[in-house]
Amino acid sequence: MIDFISDNAGVLGLIIFFSIFSIVFIWLFIQIIKKKLRCINLYQLKKKIMVEKNNNKEIDKITGQETTGHEWDGLKELNTPAPRWWIWVFVITVIWSVGYWIVYPSWPTLTGNGYRGGTVGTLDWTQYKKLRNNQKEILDIRENFKDFFKATSFDEILKDKKSYTYAVAGGKSAFRDNCATCHGSGAVGAKGYPNLNDDDWLWGGNIEQIYSSIKYGIRSGHDEGKYSEMPQFAEILNDKEINELAEYVLSLNPKNNQSVTLNTLFADNCAACHGNYGEGIQDLGAPNLRDNIWFYSNGDKSSIISQIKKPKHGIMPAWEDRLDDPTIRMLALYIHSLSASQ
Amino acid sequence: MIEKHKKLEKNSILLLIFTVIAISIGGIIEIIPLFRLETTIEPIKGVRPYTPLELKGFNVYLREGCYTCHSQQIRPLRDEVERYGHYSLAAESMYDHPFQWGSKRTGPDLARVGGKYSDEWHVEHLIKPQNVVPESIMPSYKHLGNRVLNFDDMGKHLKALKITGVPYTKEMIENASKDGLAQLRPETEMAENLRNRYGEKVNIRDFDGNKNLPTELDALISYLQVLGSMVDLKNYDPQLVEEVKK
Repeated sequence: MIDFISDNAGVLGLIIFFSIFSIVFIWLFIQIIKKKLRCINLYQLKKKIMVEKNNNKEIDKITGQETTGHEWDGLKELNTPAPRWWIWVFVITVIWSVGYWIVYPSWPTLTGNGYRGGTVGTLDWTQYKKLRNNQKEILDIRENFKDFFKATSFDEILKDKKSYTYAVAGGKSAFRDNCATCHGSGAVGAKGYPNLNDDDWLWGGNIEQIYSSIKYGIRSGHDEGKYSEMPQFAEILNDKEINELAEYVLSLNPKNNQSVTLNTLFADNCAACHGNYGEGIQDLGAPNLRDNIWFYSNGDKSSIISQIKKPKHGIMPAWEDRLDDPTIRMLALYIHSLSASQ
Repeated sequence: MIEKHKKLEKNSILLLIFTVIAISIGGIIEIIPLFRLETTIEPIKGVRPYTPLELKGFNVYLREGCYTCHSQQIRPLRDEVERYGHYSLAAESMYDHPFQWGSKRTGPDLARVGGKYSDEWHVEHLIKPQNVVPESIMPSYKHLGNRVLNFDDMGKHLKALKITGVPYTKEMIENASKDGLAQLRPETEMAENLRNRYGEKVNIRDFDGNKNLPTELDALISYLQVLGSMVDLKNYDPQLVEEVKK
């Protein structure tokens, strides 16, 4: 018995509370109807009954209004009952709430069964169903395109104007939410985060390459993620050699208008990834050193030296688990549309 | 009945007794549902207690008042689900004491921020948010990088949380201070122990790029990187959960 009470004290409490509540309420309701009372104020009620008993209405002389009959040192309280329409609206809302209890989930149950341990309601309504219905509309549209994207190659999408427009628009909105934090809202990038508007690509700028960079990430820890790491040349070369390399890298820059010659030090240490003349190899994520686009340095010698000595590496997360495949495809098409090369 | 009520009003002891009864009814109705809290928590796998380092980060989050601008609660509404991902489940914050649902979004919701950005991004963003998000109004938290972590009291901390119902094991409590540092030292024996205790998915790496020093920046980023990433939501279906419960 005690177990039963402690297990279901909440429900019992509610039952007790609402039985008391309903008894008082029904009693007042009957009073209102029977005596045609104008309000449910207890004092008013008391006074009304007294008035009926004594047949003696007390009227305040100055305002001409009834008093409650209460007196404090000669002061009497005026009785201003709530308007009758207001009382009735209140009554109706209470009755209305009973309807809510029936159709919507509201009361805890004794057994703890039902939706979140309560009554389910005849409508079988839940917040999650509502969400699903809300999303049905957009999901249906997406579903159509989803199948289309699954079955269609990037080339075909590029040719079909309608789906291409859809993909670029969808990619743009996905970009703003997921990518803009690093790559900037206009995809202009920041120091350490590549600009996606130009034609300079670290890991390749055709749609398939962009797609795989987004899906599996770069240095993301994903099994299929792209990976490369430039060695710390501070441990391999001496300062003089690093200085020579930095000068050579600067000489490669088109800004300096120098004719490019083969450098043996560069060829021995760097060419394996960056190419013989520093043109970069996209499969290895080795940047092109012959343009004036810099990733971690500002194009000055000291920052180039520090990047050779102890290179920084960016990480692009793998989005495979976070975004669905059609979204990643749309993103790839959107990013490709920004540079429109390759 | 009115005449009887008069009696109640004039007898102070009687009035006291009935007042206590009336207030207890109200109290019971407010308090009892808290004892049935478990009926609101979804039976879903994956949620684990925070590691000592993450817990430190949680405390930094609390101390710096991140909750005043960031919520951690994705509501089941279309626009929120579209932007932040799957709506939050009660189970996901069952080990938060106090929970960090928040009530104000000056910044974005953080319930599923874990794994969304790289550690480097978080470091840069916490040091100067405008470096990566020019339009941001978030203040700098540069000082976190200079504050060294002290794990000495972690055992007591875990013990206290255990009293509130977080299932830390005896082993976890005993090794709390070691585990704290272990999360920053990958490929060591103690990191392996940490993994055995807290599961395969624990992020073990240096978070703030400063390998020598365990700082509050490490702790906060480790906490941010685990937010919303514990449960597998791909196959979550609220209807199925209901059926399992039945």
